[in-house]
Amino acid sequence: MNHPIGILFRRELASYFATPVAYVFIVIFLVLAGAFTFYLGGFFERGQADLAEPFFSFHPWLYLFLIPALSMRLWAEERKSGSIELLLTMPITMMQAVLGKYLAAWAFAGIALALTFPIWITVNFLGDPDNGAILAGYLGSFLLAGSFLAVGSCLSAATRNQVIAFILTVVVCFLLLLAGFPLVLDVFRAWLPQPLVDAIASLSFLVHFSSISKGVIDLRDLVYFGLMIGFWLYANAVVIDLKKAD
Amino acid sequence: MIEISHLGKRYGDIVAVDDVSFKVEPGQVLGFLGPNGAGKSTTMKMIAGFLTPTTGTAKVCGHDVQVQSIEAKRALGYLPEGAPSYGEMRVADFLSFIADLRGLAGAHRRQRLDDAIQRLSLEGVLSQPIETLSKGFRRRVGLAQAVLHDPPVLILDEPTDGLDPNQKHEVRVLINAMAKDKTIVVSTHILEEVHAVCTRAIIIARGRVLADASPDELEARSRYHGAVSLCTPASAETRELLAALPDVASVELDAQDQRLTAFPRPGKQIFDQVSELVRQRHIAVSELALERGRLDEVFRTVTSGASGAGAAA
Repeated sequence: MNHPIGILFRRELASYFATPVAYVFIVIFLVLAGAFTFYLGGFFERGQADLAEPFFSFHPWLYLFLIPALSMRLWAEERKSGSIELLLTMPITMMQAVLGKYLAAWAFAGIALALTFPIWITVNFLGDPDNGAILAGYLGSFLLAGSFLAVGSCLSAATRNQVIAFILTVVVCFLLLLAGFPLVLDVFRAWLPQPLVDAIASLSFLVHFSSISKGVIDLRDLVYFGLMIGFWLYANAVVIDLKKAD
Repeated sequence: MIEISHLGKRYGDIVAVDDVSFKVEPGQVLGFLGPNGAGKSTTMKMIAGFLTPTTGTAKVCGHDVQVQSIEAKRALGYLPEGAPSYGEMRVADFLSFIADLRGLAGAHRRQRLDDAIQRLSLEGVLSQPIETLSKGFRRRVGLAQAVLHDPPVLILDEPTDGLDPNQKHEVRVLINAMAKDKTIVVSTHILEEVHAVCTRAIIIARGRVLADASPDELEARSRYHGAVSLCTPASAETRELLAALPDVASVELDAQDQRLTAFPRPGKQIFDQVSELVRQRHIAVSELALERGRLDEVFRTVTSGASGAGAAA
């Protein structure tokens, strides 16, 4: 693959594994995913062979803190070390740079998610689950991770401080996750007309995620995630353009 | 070839670069001089296509860096200030990553990589992560990256900063070796470098071009240009004898090393007169020299804005 996106993608993905970051992230992700499933989700006690409730329903909360830790370095580090100047004076477009780095982070999150496969084997060993629904759950989880990463990539470009990038991403992802819930909506209800409040409610990650993770793949949910990722990555390119000077 | 016209960059109310225009032809090595914060790096970043100019245009080999940015970037090798790279990568991996992004392939790719590695003597560190290298080696990796695709235009922001004298010399030899058919812009605040590598120098301060000339022409602006300096134990009487010469405007005594410097009247040559005087009066001199002019003095005069200080001009 000699496309600039492919070249960047390979360099970025390799760079995760060149440092302990990758291994620490994967181990923590797997330990937490397992702990949630077996202790909070009551995987054994439920006596049902499915993964929607005990496994996938915890992913949004797991991602809320782990994905920003992954995305915070994406652009903040490039800006801090100055390598952004090297990258953006190569014969590539801004969008290629954004996509190359983003896709590598997403693929990395995908690798971590795929390594949860023992739970899928376990549930098949113990019972007779709906494997189509489990696959849909994985798809939903992967899309959710991608959406969080797109938010994180954009906010990482806004600062050269990784801690600020992390906190901003957690807050924005939290608000987007709960956009359909009173916690967020009550703030807007006071001063926005109802149709706009409804529009905000429909932005909620959680609503779209939970329908997919239950095994219902609705085209509207897929389009929603696609638009969400597209929007944040476009914003990412705009933010880099505005902020690269300082 | 680089063509810059009315280039300007403004951050809010602060003007970093103000209406800069110049043109550099192949075969020229342009030295970009100026105090820190003068706008050197900002100008170079705009030529390299990293920063968007507020006003004006920059063209690299005829390609506008804003409109045809990919073509312009292809024609350009750029060493950013501080030679940033990806610290966790090994030197060999980093260079092949750059070669891939530059679209080099096959035998040509191999040959360009070998050439860059050999020119910058990186053979010994190829398998080391860049972050473990010394400052000098990191700078050389940055240079290797910039020359990798054999670009017709090179923009080097402080290429010798942080190098030891031997490495500085090597980098100057490298620049001179490439100077024949390339257009090269080098920023520096080491003035000796200007003589060593540049065919032309631009002095920039507060975002404006204050001087644009060859190093020799710049030296000629120095009040020391054409002055004669000598060292003698009998400095007091010699000083009076020198001052009495018809074409000598003034004589100064350096209190530190007892060196006398005689400044000529405008347009006059005084070296012969001074040496004749020394011979006739049997003055014991340990040193007698014709000054070419001092770049650092011209630099200070030009950039401090004290335009009235050029007494000999």
